Amino acid sequence: MSTLAIEARGLTRRFGRFTAVDHLDLDIPRGVIYGFLGPNGSGKSTSIRLLTGLLTPNEGTVSILGLQLPQQAEELRRRIGYMTQKFSLYGDLSVIENLDFVGRIYGMPRSLARARVEDRLERYGLTRHRKQLADTLSGGQKQRLALAAATLHEPELLFLDEPTSAVDPENRRDFWEKLFDLCDAGTTILVSTHYMDEAERCHYLAILESGRKRADGTPQQLMHAMGATVVEVLGPNLRVVRKQLLELEGIRSVAQLGEQLRVLVDDKIAEPIAWLREHPSLDLRQYELNVVRPSLEDVFVTSTSKSDAGPR
Amino acid sequence: MESLIRISAIVFKELRQLSRDRLTFGMVVMLPLIQLLLFGYAINNNVRNIPVGVVDLAQSSTSRLIIDTVRATQVVDLRESYLGLQQAEDAITRGDVRAVLVLPKDLEERWSGKERNRPLGQWLIDASDNVVTSALLALRDLPLAMRTGMPASQAIPNFEVTLYFNPERRTPVNIVPGLLAVILTMTMILFTATAIVREKERGNLELLITTPVRSLELMLGKIVPYIFIGVVQTSIILGLGHLVFAVPINGPMLHILGATLMFIAASLTFGLIISTIAKTQLQAMQMTVFVLLPSILLSGFLFPYEGMPRPAQLIAETLPATHFMRMIRGVVLRDARLDDLSTDAWFLCSFTVVGLIAATLKFHKSLD
Ligand SMILES: Nc1ncnc2c1ncn2[C@@H]1O[C@H](COP(=O)(O)OP(=O)(O)OP(=O)(O)O)[C@@H](O)[C@H]1O
Ligand SMILES: [Mg+2]
Repeated sequence: MSTLAIEARGLTRRFGRFTAVDHLDLDIPRGVIYGFLGPNGSGKSTSIRLLTGLLTPNEGTVSILGLQLPQQAEELRRRIGYMTQKFSLYGDLSVIENLDFVGRIYGMPRSLARARVEDRLERYGLTRHRKQLADTLSGGQKQRLALAAATLHEPELLFLDEPTSAVDPENRRDFWEKLFDLCDAGTTILVSTHYMDEAERCHYLAILESGRKRADGTPQQLMHAMGATVVEVLGPNLRVVRKQLLELEGIRSVAQLGEQLRVLVDDKIAEPIAWLREHPSLDLRQYELNVVRPSLEDVFVTSTSKSDAGPR
Repeated sequence: MESLIRISAIVFKELRQLSRDRLTFGMVVMLPLIQLLLFGYAINNNVRNIPVGVVDLAQSSTSRLIIDTVRATQVVDLRESYLGLQQAEDAITRGDVRAVLVLPKDLEERWSGKERNRPLGQWLIDASDNVVTSALLALRDLPLAMRTGMPASQAIPNFEVTLYFNPERRTPVNIVPGLLAVILTMTMILFTATAIVREKERGNLELLITTPVRSLELMLGKIVPYIFIGVVQTSIILGLGHLVFAVPINGPMLHILGATLMFIAASLTFGLIISTIAKTQLQAMQMTVFVLLPSILLSGFLFPYEGMPRPAQLIAETLPATHFMRMIRGVVLRDARLDDLSTDAWFLCSFTVVGLIAATLKFHKSLD
């Protein structure tokens, strides 16, 4: 038995002339939560569809839980769960009818399906809503229902495509608690997101942009290896300073966060604070400058802007 | 076993959704009801009360006798009288009347005098509607019997005619079983044509195809609930046709049911094929109309199959509705048995099997 849950080599998918996923290599071990972090249109959903066998790749090989795609796709279906980005259960069926249906579709005998459904209702806080039509559920309730449905047959590997996009921060935290519970029980989880706080919770992370993997590793590793130092600049007239900074060679990005600027300075510059203070085209005497710990957002910005011509 | 569980899961889900969709549910019952009443009353080939006028230049007792005889047929409604030909032609052009009976000045001469071998008068007919025209043409020979001095009822026809199965020649007897074919074609194809496309459009399919459900199971699960609906519609149409329009149900129930089930299965399969081709529900509906029109026009519902040109007959032969039309009229009206109609029965069964295989092969469990 392969120790990897997902192994992909050179995975490529084109739509007409457009390449949505471009030579993606993945080695995802079992029992971890692995994140796909990327902006809209970066190919997260397409990658997941390739890995679940819903789309056929133009190039590359995929092996999931030791099974080859597409040859063994049918065998794989019982062992994976998939929660789609768009709600894909039946809006005109009630919560319990939806779960019942999914149980029966996986061929569960009635008694087993009943027991599993009751357990999921309890676990995902849906007991009160059991008779409610799915269309009338709130965003968070819908997500929990979808997760309940995707885990009903106790899959070894779970794909979650932006599971918390319609969920408030508190519900999101609860949702992640459920994911860690599942992970604890041995489920491998692949989750896509464009939220930084969510990505930071993953064990491993791949940053996708334009269908390509820009960086991967643990959140810590990514922060260490981002190739830039983060300098916070505090003071007046930040819009003007931002413009001046963006002109400079060696500045990767400048973003305003309220009263401060968050400046990413290339690693080639050894002493970023001194360099900024002494730079001839800048006058930062009245400003406070500090080197701070990089956030995942910084990683995201540095890795997705590498291909761009100018600084951001 | 697991396969049965999965098929039943889809069947129950479809039935549940259907029972919640008021509009569709209403269609199941109201569509056959309304169509039946509409067609039953409106379509009538026995023409009566055609508005006609008369130009009586003779103004004699003979002319009045002729006019009364024509009126007595009830085929025409003699409502206008014109003084001259010009006036009469204008009335036809305006559409006030469909025809005008012209009785000339020398009517007496023609009736019994020296002009005996000339026609009595003339019918001016607006021939733009064929059914009306042929009804009026039948009046051409009408006064002939009186002329030879015999009472009309005792005229000896050249041939004796025996009318089987529908001696009163009432249109609903022919229309109602045919209507069954048309309504089943419409609803059965439409329901299944949209069944899979709807799941595609709403995104349900993306979830469904990641489950272990097989294509054939999905197809069967989508068909079975509608078989039930088709049987309900059949009962409505034949039951009401029998009660309201006194359409005789001559054949045995079992054979009627057998023929209907074969046709329902064939139509549902047709819908499934459309469902695997169409990308949106709108496309599915357009394709359904594309099938429905020839099913109404070529199947023998409105025009006799025998009267159609060869190419039209060939197209008609490929439509399940044509075969069912023959079967259902045969069984319901002529008390034919399915074994008398085995060619049509075989066609419907083969159509279902081949169609189901085609739809299953065409439907891939993927989003490509
Ligand atoms: N069926 C398709 N036909 C054509 N182009 C497609 C198709 N599916 C996806 N694409 C394109 O592929 C690219 C990647 O799409 P994808 O849905 O994978 O992005 P994503 O990372 O999931 O984005 P989001 O965060 O908005 O969900 C997009 O530019 C999209 O337009
Ligand atoms: Mg997406």
